[in-house]
Amino acid sequence: MNTTPVMPSAEEEIWRYSRIGELDLTAFAPGAARTETVNAGALRATGTHAGVAMETPADVFAALNREHGNEIALVVPRGHAVEQVIEVVHHVEADGTVSYPRLVIDAGEDSEVTVVERFVSSDSVTALVVPVLEVRAARSARVNYVAVNQLGTRTWQIGHQQAVGHRDSTIRLNTVALGGDYARVRAEARLVEQGASAQQLALYFASGTQMHDFRTLQHHVAPRTHSDLLFKGAVGGSARSVYTGLIHIAKNAAHSEAFQTNRNLTLGEGAWAESVPNLEIETNEVKCSHASTVGSIEDDHRFYLESRGVPPEVAERLIVSGFFNDVLERMPRGVDVEPLRRAVADKLAAEAVLTAGAAS
Amino acid sequence: MSTLEIKGLRAAVGDKEILKGIDLTVRSGEVHAIMGPNGAGKSTLSAVIMGKPGYTVLGGTVTLDGEDMLALPTWQRAVRGLHLVMQYPTEVPGVHVDEVLVEALAARGRDTAALAGIIDAEARRINFDPELVTRALNVDLSGGEKKRNETLQLGVLEPRIAILDELDSGLDIDALRDCARRVEAATHENNLGVLAITHYVRLLEELKPDVVHILSDGRIVKTGGSELADTLERDGYAAFV
Repeated sequence: MNTTPVMPSAEEEIWRYSRIGELDLTAFAPGAARTETVNAGALRATGTHAGVAMETPADVFAALNREHGNEIALVVPRGHAVEQVIEVVHHVEADGTVSYPRLVIDAGEDSEVTVVERFVSSDSVTALVVPVLEVRAARSARVNYVAVNQLGTRTWQIGHQQAVGHRDSTIRLNTVALGGDYARVRAEARLVEQGASAQQLALYFASGTQMHDFRTLQHHVAPRTHSDLLFKGAVGGSARSVYTGLIHIAKNAAHSEAFQTNRNLTLGEGAWAESVPNLEIETNEVKCSHASTVGSIEDDHRFYLESRGVPPEVAERLIVSGFFNDVLERMPRGVDVEPLRRAVADKLAAEAVLTAGAAS
Repeated sequence: MSTLEIKGLRAAVGDKEILKGIDLTVRSGEVHAIMGPNGAGKSTLSAVIMGKPGYTVLGGTVTLDGEDMLALPTWQRAVRGLHLVMQYPTEVPGVHVDEVLVEALAARGRDTAALAGIIDAEARRINFDPELVTRALNVDLSGGEKKRNETLQLGVLEPRIAILDELDSGLDIDALRDCARRVEAATHENNLGVLAITHYVRLLEELKPDVVHILSDGRIVKTGGSELADTLERDGYAAFV
């Protein structure tokens, strides 16, 4: 790069609580992740399709991605229901590099597609990955997307998911975040025509010194649109997490419904989670709710299981797994959640995040 | 043969003394009913026996076959053979009953290979939809389903002494009959000892008590046979409080 891009600062609201101040972009050499795709077949399109959902890059990282990104574009023809789940896997392998993977899903009228995108690196790789997802669902299209962050503990991620839903379309944006050092996702759904619907779902689990950072937007631009968001996270050890979410219902979006729930479990004495829900509603005729909690495992839950004879550490494991099961059980059909369930269980076991022995 | 022996038990919630000296002995195969008006300390008694957080024991002892229960954490009391059927079974999102039973049996060193069949048979005995066993604990269950779920767990875990905290609250007459009969059967089949805490007599029509205690203001004020429940039904608590 000839010019050094101007980095945002944590003074800006959208970067509040973030670790952006620690980032030195010049420390990373340009690189590319090794990307594999499964079942994409004839849907792979040539040329760039960037801009189908994010007309102009939303911030400096999206702009860098637009400039340097390696794009995979999936264009689903009108009326076509893709039966098999498409998988896109990015292996971040080169130490000291920054990569800019871009996935564009452009679903034609009345089409259906499910895509799982995984980000993988080993704990020994120091790297930065700046992914962008763009989803456009045309009239009556159904798009299911699952992002899985299985990055190593020295990899940073600053990601952006941007989806736009047209008339009567259904978009489901799902995220499972287990990895990364500092891993951030800005997840935004814009409902631009009547009857469009978006569901956003996330499971995040940080341990050790990891930090997960989510900024969500449910943007209702057209009338009779529907959005539902459920984000559930846990932090153990001295890990941190941030969730800030905005429901924005524009003046023109009467008779819309928007729901937002963020639940956080703090498992360690030194763990910290922040949850900031926001509503911005410009019309009266809407149905909206938001709920947000941060807390440790409830005593009542613990006592119920222990009163059956379940030892405390097992009870905690069951409760935390159950907390996440609640999300996994809502994943799109066809997506194999067993490996995700196992990954959560392994992380619970390996990181020894549970406090039962020490605290009680 | 097992014996749950409670002697001089005193307990407080915060600064307020609720149990003011309880003496009670329940042996295998016996059904004891504890009846009393609201605020008498009935639920506190069950919570303290099981070690629920938020209660302070001020004095007295609780032993099972001579072993000090108050010195043990809750889960070990359960493993030793105490079982609490809760008045308001807790909803635990995403945790399934069968998973809990696997871990509960494993903690007791018992085999879990045949568990699915046992759950199925237990569910059928009490007209509980076995499908509900694979759902999150008590989430979206009706009052009757919750109590059937509690009773199913009791049937699978085969405790020595069961404490039923208002088994009869929040459930319909059919569910009450199914649950009460299952507990009654366990007193014969497994020699289960029962401490049934209740506000109303209707539970005792299915679950025949050998002994009835009246609890008032943290003390047992009267102990008698099953005829005591009939007297209560006729005259109310006024004569005893």
